[in-house]
Amino acid sequence: MPVLRQLDPLERPSVIGENVRYDDVNLRIAGIVTAPTPKGWLIGFGVAFLFVMLFMAAVTYLFARGIGIWGVNVPVAWGFAIVNFVWWIGIGHAGTLISAILLLLHQEWRTSINRFTEAMTLFAVACAGVFPILHLGRPWFFYWLFPYPSEMQIWPQFRSPLMWDVFAVSTYGTVSLLFWYVGLIPDFATMRDLARTRGKQMLWGVLALGWRGSAHHWKQYQMAYLLLAGLATPLVVSVHSIVSLDFSVGIVPGWHSTIFPPYFVAGAIFSGFAMVVTLILPIRHFYHLEDFITIRHLDNMAKILLVTGLIVGYGYLMETFIAWYSGNIFERFMVLNRILGPYWWVWALVVICNVMTPQVFWSKRMRVNLPVLFAASLAINVGMWVERYMIVVVSLHRDFMPGAWGMYSGTIWDWSTLLGTFGLFLALLFLFIRGVPMLSMAELRELVPSPRKERK
Amino acid sequence: MGALKKIAEKRNAFRHFRLERSEVSLQSEPVSQLFHPASNALARFTIVGVLCGITALSTWAYAHFRSDYFTHRTLVQQQPIPFSHEHHVSGLGIECQYCHTTVEVSSYAGIPNTETCMSCHSQIWTNAAYLAPLRESLRTGKRLRWTRVNDLPDYVFFNHSIHIKKGIGCESCHGRVDKMPLMSKAHSLQMGWCLDCHRDPAKFIRPREEVYSMGYLPKPSQEVVGARLVAAYDAKPKTDCYTCHR
Repeated sequence: MPVLRQLDPLERPSVIGENVRYDDVNLRIAGIVTAPTPKGWLIGFGVAFLFVMLFMAAVTYLFARGIGIWGVNVPVAWGFAIVNFVWWIGIGHAGTLISAILLLLHQEWRTSINRFTEAMTLFAVACAGVFPILHLGRPWFFYWLFPYPSEMQIWPQFRSPLMWDVFAVSTYGTVSLLFWYVGLIPDFATMRDLARTRGKQMLWGVLALGWRGSAHHWKQYQMAYLLLAGLATPLVVSVHSIVSLDFSVGIVPGWHSTIFPPYFVAGAIFSGFAMVVTLILPIRHFYHLEDFITIRHLDNMAKILLVTGLIVGYGYLMETFIAWYSGNIFERFMVLNRILGPYWWVWALVVICNVMTPQVFWSKRMRVNLPVLFAASLAINVGMWVERYMIVVVSLHRDFMPGAWGMYSGTIWDWSTLLGTFGLFLALLFLFIRGVPMLSMAELRELVPSPRKERK
Repeated sequence: MGALKKIAEKRNAFRHFRLERSEVSLQSEPVSQLFHPASNALARFTIVGVLCGITALSTWAYAHFRSDYFTHRTLVQQQPIPFSHEHHVSGLGIECQYCHTTVEVSSYAGIPNTETCMSCHSQIWTNAAYLAPLRESLRTGKRLRWTRVNDLPDYVFFNHSIHIKKGIGCESCHGRVDKMPLMSKAHSLQMGWCLDCHRDPAKFIRPREEVYSMGYLPKPSQEVVGARLVAAYDAKPKTDCYTCHR
């Protein structure tokens, strides 16, 4: 963003590769879209699509038979669906953080990855939004969640956080989509100008909404983009806070905790950045984007992983401390049951993946070591899913009355739905990579280093 | 002419500059105008049109799902015998409970059996053609299959007796049955309609002795009577979900 650029770009090291020239940006990023479909893409998309089919099958069977096909039952009435919902919605948060907060904080390095992570946010929200609806039991009545003047003359329960969830997630989805689209407009115009056939020109032209790149356009555009960033900023914090209230408003030990909102937000950003790293490393490699997504980007993301990982670790520590300090026997039992109970392996995985793994990023050598970074990001992705499993399932399976205790495990349909959303997410991501410029050309062009001869 | 030439020259110079700079083939060419000037108007029209469409659709949905067409209010159902409540109630003055015997003691008001009908029709209209199904029923012992007019969904647990006891007249739900030659619903029976009364019974409550009256008029006014009767009958209808949905 020109308005947000440093006054003298020479004072800071270049965000993107030193040798990138102005033309390279269009050539290499738009080139990904205009080139013939690579074989690797077809294979990747094909595999992802298979999992989409698995998802469709699982959902169809669910609609036919009801949620009895899942593992949920009393006492664990919230299972995979809620775990997956929280996990997916958390993943989206990295995109919003990068596009909104890092923009307002003038972090230029965000430019190379914001488009991609915004798309990731959108697709993650789509995957997340599916689960609460599937979990409704009678999903075809999902519109009862919205306050509309129904002939039943009753409103949804506004005092329930589940209701706030509806607004939080739908706002989040809408603002993310707008933000993503507005960012794409100048790039759509570039694609239109590069297109050779009339049909493509028309298609990109419609998407570009008549963008001509005049000074007036840019002025309006930057204001709109800034305003959207301002709108999106509270969403980074609000969405996962409200998701956390789904739990902390309840009185179940392991849920009923005031630390939840900040702890969930940090966890969301933690898992979101882990997902960005997981996805961007292979894409950077296969599409040769090393000049745009540089080691510096990866280094920065690893640092964010370390910081948010520490916050999450602090959250675990506080939960444990308060269980002892409060003197509440149920809280204390909850913590002991987590560590020593039948789900001890869940707790162990959480600690290994979310607390121990990010500690490697204290070392710069590890931060820029791609295999280590990739492996760590995968571990964190798993760890954050397991963390939500710990919060949802392990808290519920043994609450107050020993007579009401029980065990839980996901059925094949639980796993199919989860794997199916992986497929949905990846298939959408493949389409995105192939269909629209995955890095922001308009913004990257502004980061192109001045040619050497001019830089006396 | 001179000025035009100058502009053309400048343009060409600019184009050369661009071509020199671009060593790659992927360079944008000046695109001729893609869209007709009317496209802008079309775009605006689309935005306004979509908004109007959403408004129209919502208005339609709001009206449709409350309409008699959708709720079957006033719809006359096919019945085995064209029974006239008008004739039996206002013409002959038969009490509601003469046929609907269990209305005071049961959730179900009761549909009269063939023998109840025959208590009169064994004497009068014994050869009427449209009573043939009734006589057939008596002969074979197979009951008449009336089509339910005021039919609540199966997930609603409605109880007649409590409504009678708390002073809700037949008329309040079933309408002026004494003016219906053929039976039809007088109200939508939608949940919102139930809640109208459950949220404020004072608007509909009447003295117990007037429960079976048709065309009852409160004296001096419903406001006065309603508040007094709600207190007297301790009418505290609930609006919890589980009151009706168990």
